Amino acid sequence: MAANDERKKLLEVSGLTMDFGGLRAVDNVGLDIYEGEIVALIGPNGAGKTTFFNCVTGIYEPTRGDVKMLPPGRPARRINGMKPNRITELGMARTFQNIRLFPAMTVLENVMIGRHCRTSTSIVDAIFGGRKAAAEERESIDKSYQLLKKVGLAEVADEFSRNLSYGAQRRLEIARALATDPFLLLLDEPAAGMNPQETHELDALITRIRAEEKVAILLIEHDMKLVMNISDRIYVMEYGKEIAQGTPQQIKENPKVIEAYLGEEAHA
Amino acid sequence: MTHVKRSLGIALWFMFLTLPLMVVRVNTVSREIEWRWHNMALVGICAFAIAWFWQFSIERRMSKLAQVSNDKHPELKKPTWTQRLAADPVLSRRVLIAVGALAMVFPWLVSTGQNFYHVNVMVSALIFVVLGLGLNITVGLAGLLDLGYIAFFAVGAYTYALLAKTFGMGFWTCLPLGGLMGALFGVVLGFPILRLRGDYLAIVTLGFASITKIVLENWDTVFGGAAGIANIPRPDFFGVELTGREKAVYTYYIVLGLVALAVLVTTRLKNSRIGRAWMALREDEIACVAMGVDMARTKLSAYALGAFWAGLVGVVFAAHNNFINPDSFTFMDSAMILAMVVLGGMGSILGVIIAALALKLMPEYLRAFAEYRMLVFGAVMVLMMIFRPQGLINDMRRKYEYDTAEREDDDGGK
Ligand SMILES: Nc1ncnc2c1ncn2[C@@H]1O[C@H](COP(=O)(O)OP(=O)(O)O)[C@@H](O)[C@H]1O
Ligand SMILES: [Mg+2]
Repeated sequence: MAANDERKKLLEVSGLTMDFGGLRAVDNVGLDIYEGEIVALIGPNGAGKTTFFNCVTGIYEPTRGDVKMLPPGRPARRINGMKPNRITELGMARTFQNIRLFPAMTVLENVMIGRHCRTSTSIVDAIFGGRKAAAEERESIDKSYQLLKKVGLAEVADEFSRNLSYGAQRRLEIARALATDPFLLLLDEPAAGMNPQETHELDALITRIRAEEKVAILLIEHDMKLVMNISDRIYVMEYGKEIAQGTPQQIKENPKVIEAYLGEEAHA
Repeated sequence: MTHVKRSLGIALWFMFLTLPLMVVRVNTVSREIEWRWHNMALVGICAFAIAWFWQFSIERRMSKLAQVSNDKHPELKKPTWTQRLAADPVLSRRVLIAVGALAMVFPWLVSTGQNFYHVNVMVSALIFVVLGLGLNITVGLAGLLDLGYIAFFAVGAYTYALLAKTFGMGFWTCLPLGGLMGALFGVVLGFPILRLRGDYLAIVTLGFASITKIVLENWDTVFGGAAGIANIPRPDFFGVELTGREKAVYTYYIVLGLVALAVLVTTRLKNSRIGRAWMALREDEIACVAMGVDMARTKLSAYALGAFWAGLVGVVFAAHNNFINPDSFTFMDSAMILAMVVLGGMGSILGVIIAALALKLMPEYLRAFAEYRMLVFGAVMVLMMIFRPQGLINDMRRKYEYDTAEREDDDGGK
């Protein structure tokens, strides 16, 4: 896309490879994300999409390759091998395919954990409860509550997160990720387990988040309708390799993709 | 009905099993066999009652569980008495004041000039309350298993004993130093085990406590070896000489103050950025670091803060006892403190206090049953794990206050 080249690049992944023993889960994958984009990463189950996420966000250290982050207004950083919390601090947040909330904490507290890296109250401050600590806590609560409103969970702010429905838990994960003030948001199968109505609402939510929070979004998703609807560009993986990339229209017409991805669906 | 049938079966089985023991007796004097059928009836009735009660409780628990899993908002529906208490600030304040007042007058009520046994017992119990509250930070809040917690208690106790005996330092100077030494050792232990989990963590912490004990036992030029250190000075009271009873009461107030301090600090931390990070770490380590929480820092602070309280109260322990030796710091004590946290309800401050008092006071006042102590202890543990695996008191989460005006505004917008 010619238009993209004028926009600012936020993430640049090149030659990313991840081996688990003899298994090459991700094989020489490259990917770029530009400001304001929604990019989708699709592919059959076991293609290595989640592993790719884990390498980019620091959960795994990639065997080979480069992950470069280009935070707006700050110098670019090579982030492979960095700890996940440092990467989050730099401005990349994520959700998990197999929901990973903090079940025995309330919905609001779950989001407030996202504020952790943007606040600085120390143990001593917390014990003596000075004015600064109180103000920071106040701000944390308000911001988190605003985010809950955005994803439609304000009513259940005081519930334990384990009591939420599946769809609500996925939206809570998004709110928690947004609480870290990211400029890049990685969503791993956000519509998995949602009913058609919820998926439809998610569609609107993701577009709204891009506009209001000024984040670029990379999402893994199996729901083709959702992907084709909201993505600007799509990358396709199969057996760890990147087999195609392009606009939704290009991907729909790509014979390789039809064979690999849609072929699998026809079998299933 | 199936319950009755099954209980009947169990009762019959028990009657049969105990027949030779309970019913048949050979009278060696008259060379006759006595048949004590009433014993059999007794065994039958008891076995039936216990079996029936057992099944009844299990079933009730199951139906409750099923209810909870069907119910989308279990916390909202049925508030427990602790939740009701917490929800009502006036009532909870009154209860707090009443308990506080009772705790203040307690030593004067139960002691006389000569007999202050009960005060001393209470001091020991309160020391364990502080230990329970400290371990509650590491295990209950941050979810880091520690089987060697007593080592930090020993560090505090020996810190005071050595500083007081060799440098003549006073109790009040040594109190914070003991706490800091505990925290330092907490960090020392925390560093190498940052990456460990579960079984490995259990083994290393256990080893740490063993090493501490072995060092104390064998380095006798410094720590007095197995004989320990005697004649440790009591807490000083502005240079005033106290009688035996006054000394006991004075120590009581000191520990009571530490309990209050521990409760205050833990509550504050629990509802702060730090405490939330601890809990998130306990709930899901990967999600926690992925959300930007520094794992190393969070874990170390949990170890250090937990150990701090042990070190602090270790100083009091040494001063209260006048004498310490390595046998005061055994694995049994670590296990006991861990049991307090687990029984009380992981993370619940009130629960830990109740469990600590119960576990320390019961054996003290039930000396008649001393032989069955471990039996009862084990039975209580098993029953708790079956019927209340979450501990005595559920950890409650604070309800945060957010702008209700905005909230209504939001509702109006919908
Ligand atoms: N931690 C791991 N250890 C070993 N193999 C793994 C690990 N994580 C993923 N894999 C393997 O890597 C491949 C890609 O998995 P994944 O990234 O989860 O696929 P996707 O998210 O595209 O469905 C699979 O074959 C999976 O079994
Ligand atoms: Mg996946």
